Formats: sequence, structure tokens, C-alpha cells
Amino acid sequence: MAVLKGGRSLEREISLRSGANVEAALRRLGHDVVPIDADQHMVRRLREAAPDVAFVAMHGRGGEDGTVQELLEILEIPYTGSGVLAGMRAMDKVAAKADFAAAGVPTPAGYAFSQEAFRELGAADALAEIQRRLGLPLVVKPVRQGSALGIRLAREPGEIPAALMAALAYDDRVLLERCVAGRELAVSVLGGDDPWALPVVEAIPRGREFYDFEARYTPGLTDFVAPADLPDHVSQEAARLALACYRALGCRGFGRVDMLLDAEESLWVLELNAIPGMTDTSLLPKAAEAAGLGFDDVVARVLADAALGP
Amino acid sequence: MRDLMALSEQPEIISLAGGFPNTESFQREVFDEVQEVIGRAHLAAALQYGPTEGLFELRERIVEIMAAEGARARVEDVMVTSGGQQAIDLSIRTFVNPGDVVIAEGPTYPGAVPSFTTYEARVVHVPMDDDGLRVDLVDETLDRLAAEGARVKLLYTIPNFQNPAGVSMSLERRERLVQLAHERELIVVEDNPYGQIRFEGDPLPTLYELDDGAGWVIYLSTFSKILAPGVRVGWACAPGAVLRKMNLGKQGQDLCSSTLTQRFVLEYLRRHDWRDHVGRLNEIYRRRRDAMLRALEEELPAEATWTRPRGGLFVWATLPSYLDIEDVLAAAVQREVAFVPGHAAFLDGRGRHSMRLNYSSVPEATISEGVRRLGQVVAEMTELHRALSPRSGA
Repeated sequence: MAVLKGGRSLEREISLRSGANVEAALRRLGHDVVPIDADQHMVRRLREAAPDVAFVAMHGRGGEDGTVQELLEILEIPYTGSGVLAGMRAMDKVAAKADFAAAGVPTPAGYAFSQEAFRELGAADALAEIQRRLGLPLVVKPVRQGSALGIRLAREPGEIPAALMAALAYDDRVLLERCVAGRELAVSVLGGDDPWALPVVEAIPRGREFYDFEARYTPGLTDFVAPADLPDHVSQEAARLALACYRALGCRGFGRVDMLLDAEESLWVLELNAIPGMTDTSLLPKAAEAAGLGFDDVVARVLADAALGP
Repeated sequence: MRDLMALSEQPEIISLAGGFPNTESFQREVFDEVQEVIGRAHLAAALQYGPTEGLFELRERIVEIMAAEGARARVEDVMVTSGGQQAIDLSIRTFVNPGDVVIAEGPTYPGAVPSFTTYEARVVHVPMDDDGLRVDLVDETLDRLAAEGARVKLLYTIPNFQNPAGVSMSLERRERLVQLAHERELIVVEDNPYGQIRFEGDPLPTLYELDDGAGWVIYLSTFSKILAPGVRVGWACAPGAVLRKMNLGKQGQDLCSSTLTQRFVLEYLRRHDWRDHVGRLNEIYRRRRDAMLRALEEELPAEATWTRPRGGLFVWATLPSYLDIEDVLAAAVQREVAFVPGHAAFLDGRGRHSMRLNYSSVPEATISEGVRRLGQVVAEMTELHRALSPRSGA
């Protein structure tokens, strides 16, 4: 059993923590484990180790976007989690939103631009129009980046350029999205052809404007409620939407759908993480626990769905 | 941020972030010789606990090293510490109670920040210019703090080739600072790890020397830069009453610094002139500094400014104010080059447009390439900024 972790994405440290937890679980389950820090020797090391399965515990670009998965396809090593295409779509927030919308899932309205649009096509002149349509505050995100890195909230028009600069430091495409004020919910999903949703988890960051990178990975900065304290119909709707997103992208193994619940009890899906965090402060392990599943059970189930192909 | 910094330790990344001295030029024969002597003549003692204040003969040697910088110290005032870092920590721990004010340069040594925060000091930064700490502003700051009723416990400064700013305090300011310390009964912690890492110019007297035994200056230094950081041997030189408190603190932290590496340093000093090694290091560093200054000149835009250090290990560069240094770091890390973001050297959120660049740990060609990548990032972000700025008539 190989565990792929680390890599060169900005979420490297998080991946090392997820990977270490997965390794420990696989050992408890009685597997021989070869941990592989994904660097330029990864393909060679995978060939040498010739594992039955590769558990991909990488987050962000390279590991979660179909790149590593494509290499595993070539090496014919079955791997955990979503295939190449699903990973690629999930990583790209704009593509994912389009797929979600097509599946009837509500997501906040938004517009996406490349860096070139600003530099070469004068997209800045369209900012006032965007702001008129989406209102303020405005959420500005890098299109392909996880863990809330590079996300900024622009509360007034003057803050939009700096927010764009920040987001574009993390990716060459940026998404400007209507800000939905509400509760931060996450629905984790397990399984392949017949996926099922775990209980909804609510993340309540303490004294922070949103569930940012620090709040995500610093124990004590966020309170988690699992299962979230929600009316039944809301929990059911959240699960239904999460499964619709999971199917829309064609995910397998596991995934986590992040959404917001606004004051009118409407749910808005923000994104799907094709390789959810497995760290001590991550949401999926908490959701599993609320469902009576231990960490090792989750790892065993994800492993059982390991495969090649889309 | 922590994660961006962790990424900068990746082997593929050109790191201008670390403060690593060059250890490759330490001669293998010298290392073998010293090791052999320890094994043959001092093994049992070198593997044993030692006195908290350090090996006596090593302290004598430290007095000699201080004399080489014109600072006359007494052996009984010297305590060996586990690196200069412990000396900083102990001096802050000895004087600072939660809420007490520490005056520090702005920017200050990022490595001192954890000690400031651990002991809950309220750090007040005083700006610097090309002549180091603005001592005139220290005077004003003390007045303001006195009016507030704040308790100022100490002033922490690196007068020579300051980390991170790369500048040195002028003689006039040194004299004025010591005078201020006497008038105001202010403890000055003089951290001097880089005094010997000088490429040009004449050495200036230490604050310790200018204090002339009055007891207001606590002097800290280390073997990290003149020998090697891996030995983790530094020292503090302070009046007896202060040293006794620091000694107590050190007992709580580690009983004594490694006797093995103290012995290594001592046996090295007995057999070799440390000035030869420092001379070789300075030659390497001087070339690297030149390479960095050349590259900065070529690669950074006209609005950027940076210091031109005459010694030490760092350049402090400041970018146009429309660039946030954390964004620049995020983009730079993706281009595989890293630096220390300026706000790591402040406790009040300032420094968001500056960065510390190290030139001691990578060869000239790598420095040039690293600065070239940095220049690209800055140029692209500048262009983006222009594209995003409201245009007249648009």
C-alpha cells in the first residue's frame, strides 16, 4: 500500500498531516505501508514499490487536480479517490460551479477572469458592473486553490483591487462571487456508484470573519458541531445537494461538499473537495465519528473503492 | 504563512529566507583534529554535565574574543549559553513581566519575537535609518511611555549589521544611546552576532564598552557566525546580579550548554586562530553580497529600495506600497524562490511591504537566479496593479 503525500502545492503541510494519519490507519488495518513524499522521484519510487493500491493523501494542485491520478493510470496502479476528470473539475471552482448549476444545485453567482483579462483586455473597467450585479461585500477567490488560501472579502469598491491582487498571487484565474452570509456547513460523502452522505458538520470559527486557513488547521480556533444542529429538512436537503454535486462531477471514494446556510434557510454550495482533509482538525473524520464510523473505518471504505479509470 | 515558510525549505526552492552561515568552508582536517583531541584527552569530561555558566577556559577565550572587538569584559561576568538565542531568551525572561515595555528596532530580529511574545512583553518599535536605530526617537518614545505610565524594562538592539535591516548604528548614536541608558536607567541588551562579519569599514565600539562598566548594557554574542551554528554555543556578558538571575533561568532550561560542543569550541580556539576562519567566511559573504546587490539593481523596479550592508548576512528590501508582501511571497514560492516577509520582524503588523533577503547561504549564481525570479514576480504584480487601478477618463 503506497501513501502519496506532501507534494509541492501550498497545502503540502496539510497533506503531510493527512498522510500521516492515513498511514497509521492503514498499519492498524494490517497493511504494509510505503509512504511516498510526492517529488520528482515519485514515478520511480512507485515503480520500485509496485504497490497494490496508492492512497492519494495530497491536497491542492498536483495531487487533487488529476495530475497524480493520470500518472497512476499510466502506471496501472489503482488509487483511492476520484479519477482524473472528476479531480480536475472539482479543483476548478468555475467548472465545478457550472456542473453543480447544471445539476440544479444552487451556488452563489459569480464571474471569473484570468490575469490576462485584467492585464490585456481592461477587465478592470468591468469591475463596477460586476459589483453592481453581485453586490457588496464580494468574495474574491483564486479559481484553483484549496484551504481558503488567497480568499479575500472586499467590503467596499476600493478593496476589490487588493483582493484581486491577493487571489491572483495564488492562481492566474480569479473568481468574484456574491457573498452569502450564513453558517459554514460541510457534508462529507463516501462511496462510488451508490454514494451516501455523512452527517452535516458545522464549523464555527471563533471571532474570525470566515473559516480561513488558520481557523481550519489550528486546534481551538474553530468549534465543530457534528452533527450540526439543524432542522431535519435542512439536513436532508444538505445531504441531497452534496450527493447531487458528488454525482455531477463523477466522484468516487470520498469527497466533501462545502456549503453555506443563509438566514432564509437556503443552502448555497461553494465547492467540492475531491480529497478532503484527514488531519486531526478536519471535517470528514468528525462527520464519520458522528455517524459512528471510526477513522480506520473511513480509510478502509475509501480503500475498498480504489480503482483505475474515470 | 507558516505553511508558505515550510514550503521554502523544499530543496527545489531557492531560499533567500534562511539566515544560514556558510558551514561548507569549515576545514575537514580541523574538524578531525579537534575531534581526535577530545576523544583522546577529554572524553569523560566532554560527555559529562558541566557548570551552568560554562567551561571556565572557554569563558576566558570569550573574554579574548570580546577584546578583539574592543570590549573589555571580566571572566566572572560571562556565561556560556546554548546559542545566542538562549542568551536573548534569558535576558528577556530575567527582566520582563507581562505587559512590560520592550523597545526594539523596527524591524527587529524575527527570532527574538517568540521570546517577546512568550514573556508577554509589549514591544514598541523605534524606526531605523541608514545609521541604525533612531536614538533621537528613543528619547521621545521614553517620554511618551513615561507619560502613559508604562514600565519600560529594556531596549533590545543589534548595533552591528542588524538582522534584518543590514544597517549599523553610527558612533554618535551609540554614544547617545549609552548616555540615555545612564540618564534614564534603561537596560540595553546589545546583541552582537555579526560584529566580526565585516566586509568594509572600521569597527565601531560596542555599547558594552561605551557603558564602561556602569552595568546598563548586557552584551550577547555567539559562535554561530564566527565558527558554526551547529555547535549551539553563545554567551551573555552582564553584571553579577543580572547574571545570577540568568543563571537560575538557564538551570531551569537546560542545566548547562552541551559540554561536548563547548569542548569542541575550546579545543578549536586553543589550536587555531578563529580570525582566519572568519576572514575566509567574510571573503565568501562579500562576494555573495555583491552578487545580491547587483541582481537587485538589475531586477527590482525603480520604486523599490534596499539597504547596502557592509557586513552581516542580510539585505532589507522594501517594495512599492501597493504590493502586499504576503501576496508577493505566495507568488514567489510558486516560482520557487522564498524570503522572510517583513511583518515577521514587527509585532505591530508593520513591514507588509518589505522583505529580508539572505545572501550568506547560497552561491552567487543562485542568488542572481533567485533575485531574477523575484523581480519577475514583482514586475508581474506591478503590471497587474496598474491594470487594476482606476484610470483617468476610463
